[in-house]
Amino acid sequence: MNKHTISILMRNKPGALSRVTGLFSGRNFNIESLCVAETLDPDFSCLTLVTKGEAAIIEQVTKQLHKLIDVVTLSDISHGEYVEREMALIRVKADGHTRAEVLRIIDIFRGKVVDVSPNSYALEITGSESKINAVIDILRPIGIKEIVRTGKIAMKRAAKK
Amino acid sequence: MSKITGAEAIIQCLQEEGVDLIFGYPGGAVIELYDELLKSPIRHILVRHEQGAVHAADGYARASGKVGVALLTSGPGATNGVTAIATAYCDSIPVVVLTGQVPRALIGNDAFQEVDIVGITRPCTKHNYLVNDPKDLVPTLREAFYLAASGRPGPVLVDLPKDIIASAIDYPAKTQVKMPTYQPNTTPHPRQVEKACRAILKAKRPVLYVGGGVILSDSHKELTTLARRLSLPVTMTLMGLGGFPGTDPLSLGMLGMHGTYTANMAVAKSDLLIAVGSRFDDRVTGRLDAFAPEAKIIHIDIDPSSISKNVSVDIPIVADCKLALAAMNQWLDNSSDLNEGAMREQLAPWLEQLRTWEKAHPLSYVDDDEIIKPQYVIEKLQELTGGEAIITTEVGQNQMWAAQFYRFNHPRRLLTSGGLGTMGYGLPAAIGAQLAFPDKTVIDVAGDGSIQMNIQELATAKECGAPVKVAILNNSFLGMVRQWQELFYKRHYAATTMEFAPDFVTLASAYKAVGLRAKTKAEVVPVIKEALATDNVVIMDFVISREEGVFPMVPAGKATTEMLLV
Repeated sequence: MNKHTISILMRNKPGALSRVTGLFSGRNFNIESLCVAETLDPDFSCLTLVTKGEAAIIEQVTKQLHKLIDVVTLSDISHGEYVEREMALIRVKADGHTRAEVLRIIDIFRGKVVDVSPNSYALEITGSESKINAVIDILRPIGIKEIVRTGKIAMKRAAKK
Repeated sequence: MSKITGAEAIIQCLQEEGVDLIFGYPGGAVIELYDELLKSPIRHILVRHEQGAVHAADGYARASGKVGVALLTSGPGATNGVTAIATAYCDSIPVVVLTGQVPRALIGNDAFQEVDIVGITRPCTKHNYLVNDPKDLVPTLREAFYLAASGRPGPVLVDLPKDIIASAIDYPAKTQVKMPTYQPNTTPHPRQVEKACRAILKAKRPVLYVGGGVILSDSHKELTTLARRLSLPVTMTLMGLGGFPGTDPLSLGMLGMHGTYTANMAVAKSDLLIAVGSRFDDRVTGRLDAFAPEAKIIHIDIDPSSISKNVSVDIPIVADCKLALAAMNQWLDNSSDLNEGAMREQLAPWLEQLRTWEKAHPLSYVDDDEIIKPQYVIEKLQELTGGEAIITTEVGQNQMWAAQFYRFNHPRRLLTSGGLGTMGYGLPAAIGAQLAFPDKTVIDVAGDGSIQMNIQELATAKECGAPVKVAILNNSFLGMVRQWQELFYKRHYAATTMEFAPDFVTLASAYKAVGLRAKTKAEVVPVIKEALATDNVVIMDFVISREEGVFPMVPAGKATTEMLLV
């Protein structure tokens, strides 16, 4: 079962998102992550959805999504070249000797400190899913207090001439 | 331009869409709309339960091919319609359901008779709307009708807040509905058409497997032409019955769980299965890996998501069935490869094999001189109506016997809840069909269980002057489940013995309808004759052999060749 990243352009209407999510739950398809916001044209929004399944299931998912009246276009962008990013906000324990170490680690991963308290840092980190997983693995022994991840957003790479 | 009220605009728009009949039930949220409806020429049929309204609109749509319209109030009015909406959705029936809603200011406030019906019906409508702005009212209604009837048809619900109905609006001039995000492909790809035709010309054991899409797209003529010119045997799904004449020698009857021996064997042994407007439902395929194992598959369907959903397809044609079949006929007209005589010769051994199967295991039952057999009742109904009646059914054994033994020769003559299997569908659907065709005989073939699910609609039938006939095949059982219990649960008849039922003859007279009963075989024909000669609602109570089963039967999860026979 492969992961598929599906990019959906849809009408920015009330209920449109729940049509998409309802289709997944109603047909027993699986959503790993989902990210949605309006596009340059506020009448439309773009949704990036990560799902897992056999090829036949993914084909059925995309056909069913296409049938939704609010969906304009969609593509399974994991078929081609694409860039993907995910962001995480991580609050990590930082007191005494670990304060400096956390800063060093986050510097290596080109993250930022976005909130500071006497015994913790909140960090912002962006990158691929695997990079974020790597940061989490390294910070875990130090003590992660809270974590919020966005889920993946993705964009096809431009055609190279 | 002077402003009109939302209610006036709705009525005007309905008339513009050609609506002359609405099934509904009033309530607080739609009282303004009813006030306007009263002044309009549109006829309103007051049902006795909202489920009946949507089923009747659905029956009207199935019988006539037009969009059926139901009008329900907010809250319980709307939720009562949900089963019937899902029924229409599963069978792709064009219905527009208008529901009242509390005023916009109260939405989300847990107001009296408020329910999120758009949320509730999202998975069982083709699309649905909450009208949130008076200026969207008319364009939304136009879209609703367009969506319901075009592409793969289906129910569309429009939720109308009370203050929108009362608002003042400018009525927008009629324009062609344009929906950039909805453009169903109706025309077949010529190369696919050619591939399909060439595959058919090469086939040695072809079978046409025809579904409800042929009825919905009115393509029975194109289908019949194609089948006859190439001598292709035809099997139909429950929804496809009537798409090809049931008495034609090329008809194999229905396939699937209660299909004929010949139809199921034909599919199992075929080398080319030509699916037209059918969707490889589990009741048709049985165990998937044993379904048509030797066949190449052509699939014509307007819905791309039906293609290769359950069974992998070799030659898909995404198109309206009518256009696809017409294109195939045209290709054959122009083809020098087609020699109809040679084709008949090529298929002769196959057709001979089909006849052998048919002779060995025809659709049959063990008749009795005294006890009424349900199959006999259906045969007599067909005989005495000349096969010309519109038959609606409830769900269960009554439905399967009607499908097996009434040979439908025309489309839109069998109205039945195929996909959802909704008990209680038949009576209100019969009322809808009768209003669409006042001069035709409309018969609801019912069981003693399912008739009780919407029996209150007898009052509707009486009030609106729809002289429908109800034929109850009364075995004092929930027969289909009982049959399963007999076969697979050691005859443990858990909750399927319906010992108490009303006296249906007395019940009929309580509704000022006519009640007739037949307890012996000899009484069947006189009862049917009397019913058909009566210009009133009639209940025929046929007391049938109690433990009669529907056969052939493919047990759930088995291959369709593993049939239990009579």
